[in-house]
Amino acid sequence: MKKSKFATLFLASSLLAGVLAGCGAGEEGTSSDGGDQIKIGVNLELSGPVASYGSSQNDGFNLAVEEINAAGGIDGKQIQLVTVDNKSDAAESTNAAIKLTSQDKVAAIIGPATSGNSVAQVQIANDSKTPMITPSGTSPNVTVSDNGSVNEFAFRTSFIDPFQGTVAANFATKELKLKTAAVYADNASDYAKGLAASFIEDFEAAGGTIVAEESYVAKDTDFRSTLTRIKGANPEFIFIPGYYEEVGLIVKQARELGIDVPLMGADGWDSPTIVDLAGAEALNNTFIINHYSAEDPDGKAKEFADKYNEKYGKAPNSFNALGYDTVYLLKDAIERAGSTDGTKIKDALKATDNLELVTGLYSVDENHHPVKSATILEFVDGKQVFNTKVNP
Amino acid sequence: MEWIQQLINGISLGSIYALIALGYTMVYGIIKLINFAHGDVFMVGSFIGFYSITVFGLSFFPALILSMVACALFGVIIERIAYKRLRNATRIAALITAIGVSLLIEYGVIYIRGAQPEAYPDIFSNKTFSILGAQISMQSILILSVSVVLMILLQFIVHKTKTGKAMRAVSHDVDAAKLMGINVDNTISATFAIGSALAGAAGVIFGVYYTKIDPLMGVIPGLKAFVAAVLGGIGIIPGAMVGGLVLGVVETIVSALGFSLWRDAVAFIILILILIFRPSGIFGKNTREKV
Repeated sequence: MKKSKFATLFLASSLLAGVLAGCGAGEEGTSSDGGDQIKIGVNLELSGPVASYGSSQNDGFNLAVEEINAAGGIDGKQIQLVTVDNKSDAAESTNAAIKLTSQDKVAAIIGPATSGNSVAQVQIANDSKTPMITPSGTSPNVTVSDNGSVNEFAFRTSFIDPFQGTVAANFATKELKLKTAAVYADNASDYAKGLAASFIEDFEAAGGTIVAEESYVAKDTDFRSTLTRIKGANPEFIFIPGYYEEVGLIVKQARELGIDVPLMGADGWDSPTIVDLAGAEALNNTFIINHYSAEDPDGKAKEFADKYNEKYGKAPNSFNALGYDTVYLLKDAIERAGSTDGTKIKDALKATDNLELVTGLYSVDENHHPVKSATILEFVDGKQVFNTKVNP
Repeated sequence: MEWIQQLINGISLGSIYALIALGYTMVYGIIKLINFAHGDVFMVGSFIGFYSITVFGLSFFPALILSMVACALFGVIIERIAYKRLRNATRIAALITAIGVSLLIEYGVIYIRGAQPEAYPDIFSNKTFSILGAQISMQSILILSVSVVLMILLQFIVHKTKTGKAMRAVSHDVDAAKLMGINVDNTISATFAIGSALAGAAGVIFGVYYTKIDPLMGVIPGLKAFVAAVLGGIGIIPGAMVGGLVLGVVETIVSALGFSLWRDAVAFIILILILIFRPSGIFGKNTREKV
């Protein structure tokens, strides 16, 4: 016991010495071992309540790293992943980030999967000048702190929540070529209100008219009277941002009232329960937005689905795809930076422009919010079927 | 056209309120107790209907009848265990007990089967009829016809049978009824049984019409039905029917005018206004307190 304590102390002091020496030596090689390896930290939810997100992304990471290493690595250097489980807990996520940055001295961190755990890591990433990329932290406040300033070292692979409103507006005006729409949003959720606001703004900017704007409150069961009112306004399209429990009932009641125009929602609809509530028939001619579909026929997406299937024996889900893309996003940045220095990787990430990924074309805006493609899925007889991909 | 559709929406919603309100009003009429557990009997009825359709494979009418019978028994059990011994206690004690029973039922059901919602199976085709431009679904027609039949049946029981006569007598004057040889305990139990059976029927209809049921589904419809009962004049059976329908139509009109977020608020504003300006309700007679 005593001995190990001593050893730890020794290790810690030598690490400190390393840091000081690094500072003295200049920028080169401060955050990662030189030599022929690049260390990348993985901070993921591998156990705890949202372990399925974390382990799905971990599969995506491993597949990507395997491919890159087999192809000669990044600039001839092999990638070495250092994986830490944050147990789906924000405090553990902070601890994991401290370990990865101070002990392992990784060049960058990928993960965590959820917004809350990602926010818990942001401060450490900024302080230690280590870039971090969360594959699926969709909340805007991962990259923009509450006072409005951008967290310089934080990035994400997925699009943010309100972006889905923009995607829906593009889909309605460009793909379906519709001119009038109604919005029926959950007034009790910031998620839904954000989506509704961005949909209205972009739909009107594209020359469309919003003929009705209605709201409901989560836990309502009777939507018939408001739907009748919406029907009276004769929209060609109805955007319903909300969660599946209410949306299932809204879709069912809308169809009963004879509203047969296309209905659309976002990832809040993505649950098998919606099919039970609305019924497969009522769900026909409804669309949802997602990050990725295994049925996407696009070359890169199909290649990924095949490779994934070969390695893991099943079709990939959107978390697998986002994990995979995160590694390639980082690889691209390190190559363009020509260095493993944190600040240089960060600058390169910030300059990412139309990078081709499995989940679509990827660019970053000034708030580190991705501007990227989104996948539109259509419900056909209760199954989600790939419809199209909307590019920004 | 839109207004005919809205009227149909309102009457469908209102007839569910009316069915629940009848139970409130009957119990109040006979023992002057606001039975707050009534909304939860409605919830239990909905779940019984759900399980008899999905697990036992019954069709709608057998499930409806099974649910009504089970709820009638359930109502009598609640009355015998919780309320009977409080018959001579203060009214506030009985009221608080009713709230306790309500919470016990809600969380008992959550304990047994969890809090997740269930989706009622589609037992009627989604066929809709177009009348004057309004879409009327099979479910709406069904709700209306079942509610009307049940209300006629109730009127028949209350006015034409011996039990009904006893119920009216007890609600008029308990002591005098006792002196005339009426078994007051049995009459009260019969009232609970009939009221709870109506709530059970409302539960099954609600499930078919609104699809989603969960253990806390009885809270809001229960409160709304209470408002409906007060609106019509608590203790008066035709008052509960009219109150339920009026409330359903008013709520629908509020949403139809584009104030859907105000719908619940309006229901309770009605309660406050009624209590201030006409506490005895639409059908109530002004009675003078005897000194």
